[in-house]
Amino acid sequence: MPAERRIIFEHIDQPGYTPDLDCYVRHGGYAALRKAVACKPEDLVSEVKRSGLRGRGGAGFPCGVKWTLLDRRSGKPIYLIVNADESEPGTFKDRYIIHQDPHQLIEGIMITCFANTVKQAYIYIRGEFPEGAKILERAIAEARAAGLAGPNILGTGYSCEIYVHRGAGAYICGEETGLIESLEGKRPYPRIKPPYFPAVLGLYQCPTIVNNVETLCHVKHIVSMGGDAFARIGTPNNTGTRIFCVSGQVQRPGTYEFEVGKITMGQLLYEVCGGPLPGRKFKAVIPGGSSAKVLRFGEHYKGKRRAGAEMVDYDWALEDVPLDFDSLALVGSMGGSGGVIVMDDSASMVEALGNLNAFYAHESCGQCTPCREGSLWMKRITARMVSGEGRAEDGELLKSVADQIAGRTICAFGEACAWPTQSFVQKFAAEFRGYPEARKSAGPSAAPLV
Amino acid sequence: MNLKPETLQRIDVAVAHYPVKRSAALPLLHLVQEDIGHLPGEAVEWIASRLGLEPIHVYELVTFYPMFRQEPGGRRRIKVCRTLSCALAGAYQTLAEFEKQFNARQGGTSPDGEVTIEFVECLASCGTAPVVMVDDELHEKVDCEKARQIAAKIKAQARRES
Ligand SMILES: Cc1cc2nc3c(=O)[nH]c(=O)nc-3n(C[C@H](O)[C@H](O)[C@H](O)COP(=O)(O)O)c2cc1C
Ligand code: SF4
Ligand code: FES
Repeated sequence: MPAERRIIFEHIDQPGYTPDLDCYVRHGGYAALRKAVACKPEDLVSEVKRSGLRGRGGAGFPCGVKWTLLDRRSGKPIYLIVNADESEPGTFKDRYIIHQDPHQLIEGIMITCFANTVKQAYIYIRGEFPEGAKILERAIAEARAAGLAGPNILGTGYSCEIYVHRGAGAYICGEETGLIESLEGKRPYPRIKPPYFPAVLGLYQCPTIVNNVETLCHVKHIVSMGGDAFARIGTPNNTGTRIFCVSGQVQRPGTYEFEVGKITMGQLLYEVCGGPLPGRKFKAVIPGGSSAKVLRFGEHYKGKRRAGAEMVDYDWALEDVPLDFDSLALVGSMGGSGGVIVMDDSASMVEALGNLNAFYAHESCGQCTPCREGSLWMKRITARMVSGEGRAEDGELLKSVADQIAGRTICAFGEACAWPTQSFVQKFAAEFRGYPEARKSAGPSAAPLV
Repeated sequence: MNLKPETLQRIDVAVAHYPVKRSAALPLLHLVQEDIGHLPGEAVEWIASRLGLEPIHVYELVTFYPMFRQEPGGRRRIKVCRTLSCALAGAYQTLAEFEKQFNARQGGTSPDGEVTIEFVECLASCGTAPVVMVDDELHEKVDCEKARQIAAKIKAQARRES
């Protein structure tokens, strides 16, 4: 079994480690920022590009590339927004960074700001993290007092402020353009891309970087160890470590940090997390937050894939799939936010999907008809099945609704709400067909999921 | 509007954080709601005028964002996460236990006005499911037994305060 490689989570849950500046500095904190401010900003951007770091918020977009897309010719101020919305179901890593090691994030933010000549950063934190917001505010004040943030950072003449901005319970604020609207004091209606790419027309129509909390923490370590050293961790095109958030029906749920692609789904769930609960068997797993397509135990995946410069054959059972962006895309799902949700043979797939459909119907912002109406219909159909009024053909009906959403909406929420339905119905077709009859004879579940 | 002096002071600080005043709308809604417990029409209008907006620009926020409320509700709020990881760990039973303890239904307030019980979506603590927030405080692995303990504590506190 591969060993955990704790870089971001090095001090998380470590006895005696506290979130204050003194403790952070005692553990080598802010050395990377000192190193960074002695460099040329463009060299820092190249270093992050060389590291191969891909965004940890969901889409896996290369971080350094994102930074080079900034419109620097406009002459407008450049903003950084830290996406601390952490609202993708199954994801719970940013919470621990914020609560236990806020200065790691602040150091990553300040390096990123310096590298991109940003003068103002906002941390958009979900409203349900009131304690996290206070901890961050305290940490920013400490950093400011020590000349590590705010005016004249480390005596260089460079200045940059960080403010914490609290959301108020809407999932769509995690989508970067919805987030920007929200930060402008409006409803978080996602914007149409093009033209509203944040790097060009972001906050207040200025060039804006939006990065996830974990991504920005990696930036600190890239500066510490160098981009090439970082690129040697993990696997080609899937560099560094990543935090897997395991939840659901498994012996030891929790957060685990591994080199990307150096651990398989089987190793993570059986060896690291101790396997299924007593007397149960694994049935399905969602590998990258609730929006990622579900994978079924017993599935096999075959084909050719790129390994460095060459193409190689792969023939994987679900347990063999390496946990990295590219492999999870090959098997038809995604690495997404790193949220791994496990279901065992006691779980009804119809009820599990009903649970997720209720989430998406609640969270659609309502701008696009296919998303607003489609998410509602999918919720209604699964709710009808669970209440005992289902029909054998409801699976096909669900699929036909889902198929009309993806690709026809303003933002990727359209895909996010269609993928669970499409994958559950396809991979558990017999269970969906048989559910209405089974539900009639068995009655309502004693442990409902919806 | 009768806001506490420290709320007014925090409002001034919040407004100064943004080059465009409208951005302070969410922070102000949070501050006012924390101060007076909910957001009546008067509060919405006050915030609008403080930021140079029309009331509709603030109403559309109050009616969209789930954490804002126009009605007072109970003195304390119990929020039970209902999303998949918590549901798989028994969140629906946890909710039912709170409903029984306080004689209230999901979305409603107990007859004594003490608590409002509601379902919320994923609270980003899925590894310690099921999770519950009582006001600003997170409780982890809240099975029915733990729900009863939390309920007993809330009731004891309510008795002390009355
Ligand atoms: C519906 C939806 C919800 C999202 N929620 C989050 C979130 O909670 N946190 C996050 O970091 N990214 C979220 N994202 C991804 C962001 O839009 C954006 O890609 C990300 O913050 C970029 O940062 P990264 O490049 O560092 O990953 C979401 C995307 C969509 C479409
Ligand atoms: S896809 Fe859905 S969430 Fe995204 S903008 Fe359209 S309605 Fe809103
Ligand atoms: S599903 Fe309940 S905290 Fe994530």
